[in-house]
Amino acid sequence: MPLPTPFHPRTSKLCESLQFKSWAGYFAVSSYQSHHDPEYFAFRNAAGLLDISPLYKYEVSGVDSAAFLASVATRDVGTLQAGRVTYACFCDSHGKVIDDGTIARIDEQSFRVTTASPTFGWFDRQRRGFDIQLRDVSDTLAALAIQGPNSREALASAADDGIRDLGFFGIMSTRIDGVDVQVSRTGYTGDLGYEVWLRSGDALPVWDALMEAGTPFGLQAAGLDALDVTRIEAGFVLQDVDYFSAPRCLIESRKSSPFEIGLGWTVDLEREPFVGQAALRAEHADGSDWQFVGLEISWEGIEELYAAWGLPPSLPTHACRDAVPLFSGGRQVGQVTSTTWSPILKKYLALATVRTAQSSLGTGLEIEHTVEFERSRVAASVVDRPFFDPDRKRA
Amino acid sequence: MTKRYDSIVVGGGHNGLVCAAYLARAGRSVLVLERRHVLGGAAVTEELHPGFKYSVCSYVVSLLRPEIIRDLQLPRFGLEILPLECSFTPQLDGPGLVRWPDGDKTRREIAQFSQRDAEIYPEFGREMMKVGRMVKPILEMTPPDPSSLRPGNLLDMLKLGRMFGQLTESERILQAKMFTMSAIDFLDEWFEGDLLKATLGVSGIIGTFQGVRSPGTAYVLLHHYMGEIDGAFRAWGLSKGGTGQISNAIADAARHFGAEIRTEASVDEVMVRGGRVRGVVLEDGTEIQADTVVSGLDPHRTFLKLCNSSDLDAEFLGSIKRFKMRGSSGKVNLALDRFPEFTCRPGDGLHVRGDVAIAPSVDYLERAFDEAKYGDFSQRPFMNVVIPSLVDPSVAPPGKHVMSIFVQYAPYALKEGPENWPQKRQAFGDAVIDTLAEYCPTLKESILHRQVLTPWDLEQKIGLTEGNIFHGELSLEQLFFLRPTPLWSRYKTPIPGLWMCASGTHPGGGIMGAPGANAARRILKTR
Repeated sequence: MPLPTPFHPRTSKLCESLQFKSWAGYFAVSSYQSHHDPEYFAFRNAAGLLDISPLYKYEVSGVDSAAFLASVATRDVGTLQAGRVTYACFCDSHGKVIDDGTIARIDEQSFRVTTASPTFGWFDRQRRGFDIQLRDVSDTLAALAIQGPNSREALASAADDGIRDLGFFGIMSTRIDGVDVQVSRTGYTGDLGYEVWLRSGDALPVWDALMEAGTPFGLQAAGLDALDVTRIEAGFVLQDVDYFSAPRCLIESRKSSPFEIGLGWTVDLEREPFVGQAALRAEHADGSDWQFVGLEISWEGIEELYAAWGLPPSLPTHACRDAVPLFSGGRQVGQVTSTTWSPILKKYLALATVRTAQSSLGTGLEIEHTVEFERSRVAASVVDRPFFDPDRKRA
Repeated sequence: MTKRYDSIVVGGGHNGLVCAAYLARAGRSVLVLERRHVLGGAAVTEELHPGFKYSVCSYVVSLLRPEIIRDLQLPRFGLEILPLECSFTPQLDGPGLVRWPDGDKTRREIAQFSQRDAEIYPEFGREMMKVGRMVKPILEMTPPDPSSLRPGNLLDMLKLGRMFGQLTESERILQAKMFTMSAIDFLDEWFEGDLLKATLGVSGIIGTFQGVRSPGTAYVLLHHYMGEIDGAFRAWGLSKGGTGQISNAIADAARHFGAEIRTEASVDEVMVRGGRVRGVVLEDGTEIQADTVVSGLDPHRTFLKLCNSSDLDAEFLGSIKRFKMRGSSGKVNLALDRFPEFTCRPGDGLHVRGDVAIAPSVDYLERAFDEAKYGDFSQRPFMNVVIPSLVDPSVAPPGKHVMSIFVQYAPYALKEGPENWPQKRQAFGDAVIDTLAEYCPTLKESILHRQVLTPWDLEQKIGLTEGNIFHGELSLEQLFFLRPTPLWSRYKTPIPGLWMCASGTHPGGGIMGAPGANAARRILKTR
């Protein structure tokens, strides 16, 4: 039975659909209404407020904290400035991804790390010799994402000064309704957006203050179904959907390196040793077997399949996480792991893992699609990610 | 020496822009000339009160063809469609009726009035969708000329015949009924509840000079059922930033493909020399040469204003004059300092984030038409209200709202004469506000600014002859190969080199883009 998050008294009251899912053992709203469309459009067109408290959150502090994190992350965290956030992978000694997440440098000697699955034990095993304190704050630190084109104005009108000056991937301390919070300009929607970090005990007044100040800007509570569409549009990988954490895989072929899940850009190879460095160097030199790509599925192809049955085209109304085979020249060359219709781009999009040979931009592939219980194939082509990348995200 | 173009498009309305974009995409040099300072024609956004952006005329979208969105890559150029989730018909003495995106919730709503209707309603939707789908391919085709024996034409006729042949017997009967019955007679065969019939029936009269009990209006009902968003039928939406944003996106796509667009360039005359088009003459006397001129204006303005009558034969001119324009609607746009609550369903929830129809009964709608028949505007009109700022906060300052009110009936031909509309404009606006205030008592005190557009204003400002929002009534005798006139329904005109590309041609009005795209296809085939 999942646990309530600190915002549960508010989210559960608003969740008319009673559609929750378990996220890291917590109740998380899937969609507040029977359909997530209004929440999706809040993210893309106004602002959405999402409870992200279930994220795994760790605090690393002490004189060696930067050196420790640099030794476990693919990024050179030592060069990260205080007040900045970065994104990195954590790999095992074979260079296979254990987790991906953000690392925020709160000040010179303290960091906060977020991950998608529990990583305290793994961090703890890597700490020998480093003078650090490692604390799991997953339960005591609540968090909210406020995302969308109006998120800056909505948040600025609830918080003390400074929000408008916060740069992309910056983090700062401020107050909302007299409560101390930290605000980072980060998120999982690929849009202008912020994440607010606060003590669990302060959750309700902060939620109320944000909702009150945000309503004139169209701020709405939003759930994970809407988030899933936005994160696919943004081209972001999701653990347990698009890739699997190495220690939890039974077979080697299920594991992935950062290069194979589109996160090669988070790997700084030329520096002090870090876990997985040698293996990643070798893979970097020899090339990877797999690549993570964006796909655009031919709408004309979809229409034809349905027209053959005398049906209008119909797609799932939710982002789909069922893996579907991908073909090239009749041979399976990979799989689609996330699919969604993008209401804003008017395109049918997918995230996929394919053989490196089939991964260059413009490559034509075929994706399996079932209509009236019959499996067929539809044309899809490899396109650049992110699919959706508005200027306001960084501006 | 001015530059010479392959094609000139007269009028920067959405169809003119679509046509220009397709022509430019095919490599033609194209110039669009728009009389006003803004593009879009009836699909414009204007900030008439600081911070409040009105979709001045056309205010919802659903018919915009998905293939046009794809071909012209409109999302890339800023097109964003936000779905209208619900449809709400308030009542003065009852709970009102809301149709929700959730089928079960809608069934319970309708069951308040009739359980039988509630369960038939989805079946009705499926039948309408089937017939709508049959008609859909017709939207994309050039109407065949039934009097011609040319092979291409016969092939088109054959295709059409095959499409009808595929219908089952019951679908064919349904279709025949839709072509001949009134909206209400047709709905009477399905439903018993008056409020539901009124709610559905209004789709049969929008933009026509007919009442819900006038024969032929059942077809117009279907025309509205063909709306689609993302290929999903019967879905309406708002354009983010107002409908002008659709025009801007199409214009940017056209420019991207190489079209040139000039605003404040009013065309005075289509130049015809030696029996064919040579270009246009602007109001300031400038001549611009082109072998192809495409008119994005309505048939009346195209042939009776831009063309010299000596270039056209009398029979053709007569048929154009007989093409019924007959504007029957007006528009009121409001800037509001707070959300106006509806007494029968308070709150600014999902139910008001769609369209709100003031259509409390079938008799109410018919009575509204009675006044119009004799040259008066309705004192208690049918209204279609949308509050776009609830789903698109970018069109009003935080916490404030824009309200768009489509009003019918406001006959162009007032009994005192259409030129008397300016004296009646405020009385017309008052009738609209007074009627709506019965449902939203706080409305009047929250109004910061109001814009009232009568059919006369639509003609004078926007250029819609007699204020007809569809460039000519969408009645059966003016559709398909009869639009605008029987022998000239294929975008071509009797003057070689002159084409039509707007709502006065098949398949007609609404922000659909199909006439513009179809015309471009024909123009590119010819030559």
